Amino acid sequence: MSTLVQIGKSGEPTATDDFLKGLWRDNPVLVQVLGTCPTLAVTNTARNAIAMGLATLVVLVASNALIASIRKIVPKQVRIASYILVIASLVTIVDYGIQAISLEVHKALGAFIALIVVNCIILGRAEAFASKNTVVRSLLDGLGMGFGFCITLLLLGVVREVLGSGALFGVELFGPRFQDWVILVLPSGGFFTFAAWLLFFNWWKQRRAARAAGGGAR
Amino acid sequence: MSANGAGGAAPAMAPAPSAAWPMIRAMVGIGVVCGVAIVAAFQLTRPVIERKRAEALRAAVFQVLPGAATSRTYKLEESGAFTPLEGKAEGARLVYAAYDAEGRLLGVAIEAAGMGYQDTIRVLYGYAPERRAVVGFRVLETRETPGLGDKIDVDPEFLANFEALDVALADDRQSLAHPIELVKKGEKTQKWQIDAITGATVSSRAVANILRESTAFWMPRIEPRVEDFRAGGAP
Repeated sequence: MSTLVQIGKSGEPTATDDFLKGLWRDNPVLVQVLGTCPTLAVTNTARNAIAMGLATLVVLVASNALIASIRKIVPKQVRIASYILVIASLVTIVDYGIQAISLEVHKALGAFIALIVVNCIILGRAEAFASKNTVVRSLLDGLGMGFGFCITLLLLGVVREVLGSGALFGVELFGPRFQDWVILVLPSGGFFTFAAWLLFFNWWKQRRAARAAGGGAR
Repeated sequence: MSANGAGGAAPAMAPAPSAAWPMIRAMVGIGVVCGVAIVAAFQLTRPVIERKRAEALRAAVFQVLPGAATSRTYKLEESGAFTPLEGKAEGARLVYAAYDAEGRLLGVAIEAAGMGYQDTIRVLYGYAPERRAVVGFRVLETRETPGLGDKIDVDPEFLANFEALDVALADDRQSLAHPIELVKKGEKTQKWQIDAITGATVSSRAVANILRESTAFWMPRIEPRVEDFRAGGAP
């Protein structure tokens, strides 16, 4: 959360910054380590990962916009209850929407759609950003965080599907002789893959920081 | 209140009603708006969802009985006869007869359900009376482990089990000659056996159990009554 506080202090944040910070610098999963339940549970195929990411994105953008627009009429004491009410209603509506659009996708996501209600990214952005900022900035923040979440889920989903099922988006990659690495598709594989991505992401960030520091000293 | 004395109580109490009112207003207001929005979304999507469900079932009937051109829903009467379903049937036992382009009976699609690894699995299978066999199979609903158990719906080798699965009746006409059984992958030697999916044994066994129980119920009832379905194909 320290990075979030820094943005608030560092002068005027631009619109691009509101959007881009969710993709990379404040990525909700890889940096803030929020929303790990869907991250681990629904990323065993790339398709599920995208569907979950997009459903969360829609709810996040809508909840950020709504909560920013009601932020002045909701008293501080009842704000969490109000946010949860807004988010739960949005998820219910999205659930019906997905069923109406495609029963197949609804079949694949199953119980996880209802869990978007308690995805801490959504309540976290409502509390940390939307309740203090304008509707437009909250929309951008929601879009950035939502896409950041979506991309991270996809990163996990691709690795787990390719190694665990020998396929990508349901298309066989390696032919019949490939031995599936089944554990990656199981819940424990989610932890391994998540840990590997976190390791890679932090190593890369450290390396960049070290280079930047080295360059500045010269 | 009385402990503070008359002087202290009045200023302390004064802000209370004005602070409570916005809270109640906000909560009730948001609650009402959310309630209306949810009901509206439900009402708007319900006809679409119901139509899609019915379409999915119809499409599945055509898939489990290859070559089908039309289908008709039948209800099992208490007498044991099958009659065409008129209107809605609450709680009735239904089967779906399918016919080819000339109106000849191809077979009967039967819905079955049972416990899987995590939740109920709902399946639809096609029974062809002429061949005394199950000739097609589809999973309608499953929450099996994605990537493992959910292969019961897609694994081509597993689905090949249901292209000609023997369900002929025994001589007493009351039970199957050979109840459906599950064997390890690659060990299928008899027409009534199902090859399991490696790594998804629990889900494979669940499917075998669902089919065994369902065929044990339906085959002795449908087999002697096949004539009931033939008329339905007439244009």
